[in-house]
Amino acid sequence: MEQLNAWFTELLADNAIFTANTLGYYLDGLGNTVRLVFLSLVIGLLLAVPLAIARGSRRKWIKWPVFFYTYVFRGTPLLIQLYMIYYGVVFIEGIQDTILWVVLKDAFFPALIAFTLNTAAYTTEIFHGAIKATSRGEIEAARAYGMSRGLMMRRIILPSAFRRALPAYGNEVIFMLHASAIASVVTIMDLTGAARFVYARFYAPFDAFLFVAAIYLCLTFAILYLFRYLEKKLLAHLKPING
Amino acid sequence: MIDLQGYGPRLLEGALVTVEVAVLSLLLALVLGLLTASAKLSRHRLLHRIATLYTTLIRGVPDLVLMLLLFFGGQMGVNAITDWLYYQFDVDIFININEFVAGVVTIGFIFGAYMGETFRGAFLAVDSGQLEAGRAYGMSSRLIFRRIQFPQMMRHALPGLGNNWMVLLKTTALVSVIGLSDMVRIAAEATKATHEPFLFMIPVAVIYLLIASVSEWGVARLQKRYNVGFGEADEWNN
Amino acid sequence: MKKLLTLTLLGMFLATGTAEARGTDEVRLAIDVPYEPFVYRTPEGELAGFEIDLGNELCARADLECTWVEQSWDGIIPGLLSRKYDAILSSMAITPERENQVLFSIPYYNTPSVWITRRDRDIDISDKASLEGLSVGVQRGTIRDSYVTQMYGDTLDIRRYSSSQDVANDLVAGRLDLSFEDYPLAVDTFHFNEADSEFKQIGDSIKKPVSIFGKGAAMAFRKRDEALAEKFNAALRDVYADGTFDELMHQYFDYDLSLPVGE
Repeated sequence: MEQLNAWFTELLADNAIFTANTLGYYLDGLGNTVRLVFLSLVIGLLLAVPLAIARGSRRKWIKWPVFFYTYVFRGTPLLIQLYMIYYGVVFIEGIQDTILWVVLKDAFFPALIAFTLNTAAYTTEIFHGAIKATSRGEIEAARAYGMSRGLMMRRIILPSAFRRALPAYGNEVIFMLHASAIASVVTIMDLTGAARFVYARFYAPFDAFLFVAAIYLCLTFAILYLFRYLEKKLLAHLKPING
Repeated sequence: MIDLQGYGPRLLEGALVTVEVAVLSLLLALVLGLLTASAKLSRHRLLHRIATLYTTLIRGVPDLVLMLLLFFGGQMGVNAITDWLYYQFDVDIFININEFVAGVVTIGFIFGAYMGETFRGAFLAVDSGQLEAGRAYGMSSRLIFRRIQFPQMMRHALPGLGNNWMVLLKTTALVSVIGLSDMVRIAAEATKATHEPFLFMIPVAVIYLLIASVSEWGVARLQKRYNVGFGEADEWNN
Repeated sequence: MKKLLTLTLLGMFLATGTAEARGTDEVRLAIDVPYEPFVYRTPEGELAGFEIDLGNELCARADLECTWVEQSWDGIIPGLLSRKYDAILSSMAITPERENQVLFSIPYYNTPSVWITRRDRDIDISDKASLEGLSVGVQRGTIRDSYVTQMYGDTLDIRRYSSSQDVANDLVAGRLDLSFEDYPLAVDTFHFNEADSEFKQIGDSIKKPVSIFGKGAAMAFRKRDEALAEKFNAALRDVYADGTFDELMHQYFDYDLSLPVGE
């Protein structure tokens, strides 16, 4: 350990760009990226479950607004959604005097709101598809047991839909991680923001951006393996017995 | 009608830039995708490895980071090469990686990886019996590709290609970050200058939705065309 | 297959941009627009401002054919090195980091930087403890970014923007507590010297340390273009000597930003 430490210090001493100081920026950036992505995914997931159920409702006045929401948020770039929330709300007359401003003033919350609404829209559609794909047999069996609609949703449909949605949701998590890079556009010092700062300071695009690309790559692989593990564990029963 | 405060024409110009970037990068992505798919399906091990490395790396790094890398770093890289040419051979050329080129090349490169996966899956889905039948008829391999393999592959690839195009379209918004005046950048500038929150952003969002809807319709029509002869079969299977 | 590959590579090369031969007597000057009153666009779309006038004057005296290239601050030095243009004339301060990359002319003006806040705010910039949690906006990669990063990195929440205009917008919107700006730009954007302005300057104007703020703003060239830099240096001494610089300056500023030449 001691040796490793000494080797690392020496390595850092040799270059002008990756000093302890700039690495600190990358570390803070990592923290901000993880916080932003994690929070928006969790809140987005919580929003998506009821929305997905509503999306499959037979009542038009429930179904259509949800459809409209997912259509708009999936059909337009996240950057526009971020701009609308970050720059747009500022110019609403008198917003600075309301309590909302406490939340909107910082760059973090507008970005969190935009990311959450965006991922909730995609996740809603993923769950909706998974719910629709529930086999009729499962539903009939539940009915035969005399389950109420709510109970059936909770015990039968949702658990099996979640499992089926897992691979697609894993993709959405990776997409969200990558999409979060645009947070740097509204001054958030996320990983990409740190890279842009280091680049502007030293005019060294390769060092600044390749380094951050490597970090994103590691994060992507970590997510990928996490979901593979989850799939293996949760979808084991779907595999052929002798497979 | 809505009063765009004089920004109307510039917004339209921006929309044109968006469409240009999208279409050109789509073409690049299709070419790269076909090359990647053939490399991945070939028995050549080196080609296979290069293609795998390409798709893995590209899909592991955010689009914006790749774009910044190419826009800011690409020029320095290209210069190192042209400078070397200049000193070695007295060949004096200057290759300009501007925002437009960086945008198109990055987006084309990123989606080339996704297209590669789509094409690979589609090639594998073509029934090998069909190719054998072609050979039995004495068709040349080129003719088999053109008459049998390609049309059938397209049938399997179209839903994936359509999907990739929709994502690509939205990705073009990122070129505004490196300074290209696409409709997103112009809308952002107009918003800041006029202090009108949604006057410019909403029309831009609507244009994106319009292009997406038109493409959806187009993909559905193409799908119908490539499905000719399979319609009845599908009904039978149901 | 091979043919296809060759064609693709060729196509990519063509798509990668226009190959141009390097110009001769034509000089392309890069500038980050807008930076009022140094440079801005008139409603008709023409470039105007102090640095535009100054640059045109210098080119006329050096007998060079000049064209202006608009370039965002982020990419202005890489753009010079990559020959997108031949010189930068865009209020660029001479700093050691930049001197590693480019060749500077003699400085042609020097202005301090100032802290700006809303008039109703009561902030004491010298009391570091009281600054904890306040936000300041700066343009990314400027000397002002370096200054706040080095001096206030552990107290202030530093927000870095791509353009000075975005900083101004967020200060006006109330999203930022402070802005650290170049003096002339701050005068022009916030009118903080006028009684009815919403904004005010706090603390002293700042020009030091020289290790961060440098000796003033200068033109930047590629290191090997010493001859070109020398032509502009001569022209700069010339406009200073015959009073043209002062004349231009007074068209845009009611204070003095000139330097003793050769300093």
